[in-house]
Amino acid sequence: MLDAYIPVLLFVLVAIGFAIFTLMVSSLVQSSRYNRVKLEPYECGIEPVTDARDRYSVRYYLIAMLFVIFDVETVFMFPWAVIMDELALFGLIEMLVFLFILVLGYVYAWRKGALEWA
Amino acid sequence: MPAGFSALDFYYILPELLLTGGAMVVLLLAVLTPRNDNLLLGVSLGTLVASVLSVSLFSGLDVTAARGLLAVDSFAAFFKFIVLLSAGLTMLMSAPYLRVEGLKAGEYYFLILCATLGMMFMASGVDLITLFIGLETMAVSFYILAGFLKPNPRSNEAAVKYFLLGAFSLGVLLYGMSLVYGATGTTSLQGIAVALSGQSPSMVIVLAVVLIGAGMGFKIAAVPFHMWAPDVYEGAPTPVTAFLSVGSKAASFAMLLRIFVEALPAVAADWSALFWVLAVLTMTLGNIAALTQSNLKRMLAYSSIAHAGYLLIGVVVGTERGVASMLVYLGVYLFMQLGAFAIVVAMRRSDVVGDELKDLGGLFRRSPAAAFMMLLFMLSLGGIPPTAGFMGKVWLFGAAVDAGFVWLAVIAVANSAVSLYYYLRVVVFMWMHEDAQPGSPLVFGPAMTVALGIAILGTVVFGIYPQLLFEQAQAAAGTLEGFSATVALR
Amino acid sequence: MDFIWLIPLLPGVGAAINGLLGIRYFSKVLAARIACATMGAALLLSLVAFLELLGLEHREHVVTLAHWIPPIPLETASGIGAFEVPWAFRLDPLSGMMILIVTGIGFLIHLYSTAYMDHEPRGGYVRFFCYLNLFCFFMLTLVLGSTFLVMFVGWEGVGLCSYLLIGFWYHKQSASDAGKKAFIVNRIGDFGFVLGVFLVFYTFGTVDFREVAEAASHMPVEVAGFGVVSAICLLLFVGAVGKSAQIPLYVWLPDAMEGPTPVSALIHAATMVTAGVYMVGRNAVLFEHAPMVMTVVATVGALTALMAATIGLVQTDIKKVLAYSTVSQLGYMFLATGVGAFAAGAFHLMTHAFFKALLFLGSGSVIHAMDEEQDMKKMGGLKYYMGTTFITMFIGAIAIAGVPPFSGFFSKDEILYRTFLSNKWLWGLAVVTAGMTAFYMFRLIFMTFFGDYRGPGWKHEEHGGHAEEHGHTWHGPHESPRLMTVPLMVLAVGAFAAGFVGVPAALGGGNAIEHFLEPSFVATSASHAGEAEHAVAHLSHGAELALMAFSVLVGLAGISLAYHLYVRRRGQADRLAANWSVAHRVLLNKYYVDEAYGATAIDGTMASARGLWTVDRRVVDGAVNGAGWLTRALSWVSHVLDKYVVDGLVNLVGWICQEGSYLFRRVQTGLIQNYAVATLFGVFAFITMYLVARYVGV
Repeated sequence: MLDAYIPVLLFVLVAIGFAIFTLMVSSLVQSSRYNRVKLEPYECGIEPVTDARDRYSVRYYLIAMLFVIFDVETVFMFPWAVIMDELALFGLIEMLVFLFILVLGYVYAWRKGALEWA
Repeated sequence: MPAGFSALDFYYILPELLLTGGAMVVLLLAVLTPRNDNLLLGVSLGTLVASVLSVSLFSGLDVTAARGLLAVDSFAAFFKFIVLLSAGLTMLMSAPYLRVEGLKAGEYYFLILCATLGMMFMASGVDLITLFIGLETMAVSFYILAGFLKPNPRSNEAAVKYFLLGAFSLGVLLYGMSLVYGATGTTSLQGIAVALSGQSPSMVIVLAVVLIGAGMGFKIAAVPFHMWAPDVYEGAPTPVTAFLSVGSKAASFAMLLRIFVEALPAVAADWSALFWVLAVLTMTLGNIAALTQSNLKRMLAYSSIAHAGYLLIGVVVGTERGVASMLVYLGVYLFMQLGAFAIVVAMRRSDVVGDELKDLGGLFRRSPAAAFMMLLFMLSLGGIPPTAGFMGKVWLFGAAVDAGFVWLAVIAVANSAVSLYYYLRVVVFMWMHEDAQPGSPLVFGPAMTVALGIAILGTVVFGIYPQLLFEQAQAAAGTLEGFSATVALR
Repeated sequence: MDFIWLIPLLPGVGAAINGLLGIRYFSKVLAARIACATMGAALLLSLVAFLELLGLEHREHVVTLAHWIPPIPLETASGIGAFEVPWAFRLDPLSGMMILIVTGIGFLIHLYSTAYMDHEPRGGYVRFFCYLNLFCFFMLTLVLGSTFLVMFVGWEGVGLCSYLLIGFWYHKQSASDAGKKAFIVNRIGDFGFVLGVFLVFYTFGTVDFREVAEAASHMPVEVAGFGVVSAICLLLFVGAVGKSAQIPLYVWLPDAMEGPTPVSALIHAATMVTAGVYMVGRNAVLFEHAPMVMTVVATVGALTALMAATIGLVQTDIKKVLAYSTVSQLGYMFLATGVGAFAAGAFHLMTHAFFKALLFLGSGSVIHAMDEEQDMKKMGGLKYYMGTTFITMFIGAIAIAGVPPFSGFFSKDEILYRTFLSNKWLWGLAVVTAGMTAFYMFRLIFMTFFGDYRGPGWKHEEHGGHAEEHGHTWHGPHESPRLMTVPLMVLAVGAFAAGFVGVPAALGGGNAIEHFLEPSFVATSASHAGEAEHAVAHLSHGAELALMAFSVLVGLAGISLAYHLYVRRRGQADRLAANWSVAHRVLLNKYYVDEAYGATAIDGTMASARGLWTVDRRVVDGAVNGAGWLTRALSWVSHVLDKYVVDGLVNLVGWICQEGSYLFRRVQTGLIQNYAVATLFGVFAFITMYLVARYVGV
């Protein structure tokens, strides 16, 4: 029964190997001049460590919520795609209806200006 | 199409499909066209009418659809009519309110339609999952609607409270449902009934009964799960309060009856006792608390709690007749409660909030029509003939006596007597107190006139000619399954 | 025949249209047309329904329109019964006859009113037709209703309309007083009626006439005792007494003449006041099982007939004479029902409707002609001015006097004959009444139409412009317009011919109406059908003919006496009145009954109120003062107790209430956490309850 997991094991090994390989190659080729910015985990984007009582735009919430909604939609599409063959045309139409409703929400959000940052 | 489904299933959910489509059209119109409140109201009402017509397509049917997830029967139809009618009346009375408060009509009507959609699934669902989804759809819409007065801190408070406590009670409800699923291995109501029949009920099921009872008790605002109701009712926009106290309550009663009568007849004695206690607590506390309220909306909130107590009598009795009487009372309650709220909405003018009891002072002199209508609604809520409220109470209490719950009926009658005090206090204010600060005159626009007209008509006609409602209710109660087991236990 | 529900509805629709729209917007002509058209349509439908009824074998048709009151469990004599009332109408011979009377005479009176009420301003005119139509709606509901409750709706409705129409000229104090009087006196009767209906439901568990009759027919006849059926009948009869103006509740009817004359004709002569008779006839089976009540009915009827007739002898107001005559004739009908001759009573009801409506409308025509003068002393010789009115009223008078072959003869004679068989004393009273009836009716005719004109003078037409001044000045007595005389003529034909449906066997007729109506007065079971017939004793045809001849002679004697006193030797009547001044005054003042009621019932109520007030002031206040003194005396003693015991207790109760209220308010904190805790508390409390119940075993 465990045999079934051998491909997974192989996949994990290959992934780890690839990571080690890339890191080693890059350490060989790079020039090493460090500064403060360079040492941060992400060189661009949000400050990872700040004061908790900081003010930031409420639009983060809006964007985040919209992201979650559309993200969940994508998650729903995975199981659908797996049994797409069984569901046949009916399944396709169902998914189109689902997407249509979502697009409607998207249009609403867009028209309401939820996607504009300024 | 997956096995077990057919095109017929789509035909059977035509009312719900129409509502969904209408809701989407309303939402699109709201963002794609320049603001036109009348158009939005027209489309929303049209959607409701279309839905009503399609519900009446299925009159007399008694089938299950969609692999046993939904029932299309008279019971569902009765409740669908009730929720659609209450949604319609709510929209009609909202039109002037939205104008005064400067609220966005598109989202408002959309959310009401969504809430109605959820209620319709609660009425026709015969599977725990379907019922739960319906409940969630309704609840989420109401969370937003309760906070629709964005600049008003009370409204915000109402929304947050309703959301947090609602989520909490849904957790309790789900816990109960999962216990039932664990004990029986199915979520179908009929399947549960079959699985539980013939064996002595385990403690798990009794626990589930309590948890589901608590979850549903929250929705119908039964004491001690009622704490949210006064705060939310007071803070929410008045038409939303009206819809919450009628539509949401009716749909929750439908779901409650479905679960307990159809799925759990095996433990009927247990839940009957539970609801006996709940009913007595609810009507007594609701009425006593209402006695001293000075805010009209808050008073009506407690009155609505008390009415939930009366309605629970029908569940306690649990016979076909008890349920039929309860449905009659719900139908009657719809008109009188929405009518009373419509008057409160009409009291809201650009310069007056008008939801305090003293705002009604001398209303008779300023607007005799409004005062007379309010008088009628108050008499009906108090249960004075010849109004519909009287007929409803006669049957409900009669059913209790008939089934041997004499003490319950006695307590209910005593409670009705107590309730007269605060209903008639409203009348005293309107007739005998000195004038409140006048503000701008009360104006009844066409939408409000239609809403009040329907409410008055229902309150009067069903008081004089109750048979119409009674026949429908009896047919509806007749299609609810599981009575035989209930009776056998007693 | 399922359309019979339309018959009451049509006038109802007319009333609704005129009431909701007409009073504000319609012209006089349009409103009158709507009212007359709906009544005409109802008349046509009634005719069709009646003809179809003749074709039915069972002579009965029930139409259940809808369920009205769904079953309410109520206690009855035989356990819990279901109080359930359908909106059902029943057409049978009795109600068939009634709807023809109501729609037929109603239609004629609507026509008549279009002309009679022409002087009214537009609003009042439309209001009048609205009320009149509404009355017909309720009256038809009353007669067609197949249960006590539907009948009661009509019963109360006609009472309301009667009140509205008597007080139609509400700005006149006497009219609005008369309306109130009618309403209040009727309430007394209705109280009995309602109690009767309650008892019917309690006893039989149903309020359907047919079912009640069926159930009652299986009960023993209460010959010896006063049982529940007797109680029911007595209570129902109280209702009939109020509605049909019998002793002691007849006082409202003469005052009701304050209303417009067409109203007097329709409501207070032809239809509404006969509702009591109709109701008793409708419950014939019940009454037959209560012989003691039957005796009461017959006695009250005979006494009322006599008393009202004597009052009628001396009245000089033309409408008052007719009003007392109506009371008297209603007494006749009750006499008939009281001796078990229900068909004869109904027969007289019908003929009376014709001739009394005719007489009232005729008097209206006279009043119209005399410019609203009602005192017969100021009339006289009018036959030269208004021929049609005179001839038609004369026919009416002959009919009521009982001269063959006019209609009144047949119906009255049937009653006299049946009374003779049952009770000779009552027969004697009835015959005397018949003589008086003939006398006062012809006194009316002679005073009004014969002799010299005694009224006020008038300006002749050649002076002053005719066109402008018409309507303001009066140009002397004149015949009424066609719209008023045509109904008079039609009714005159009816007053003459209506009796031929009931020619008795002794005169070679078949008494068709009695056989036609018989099914309405028995329970369905065929075996009972003949019973009533056989139970009645028979006289030979010869004896019957002799009785007939005697009553005709009595009638003719009354007429000739009137002729003698009021035409041949005028002044004789005044001399008689002077010689018998005491009797005359008593009669003129209607036996002082109104005064007696004023002194007893009304003053009694007031006096008892005053008395209670005095008691309150003297006794109660005195007691209070005495108690005060005693209290002061005891106060020193109680002071000690008070301070330590009572105060303590009161404060304790107050403290508990306050703390309870605080507790309650503290619970409703507005904090979500607390609310959630309350919910959880509820859940745990219930779980505990079940755990205890299960494992401790309660």
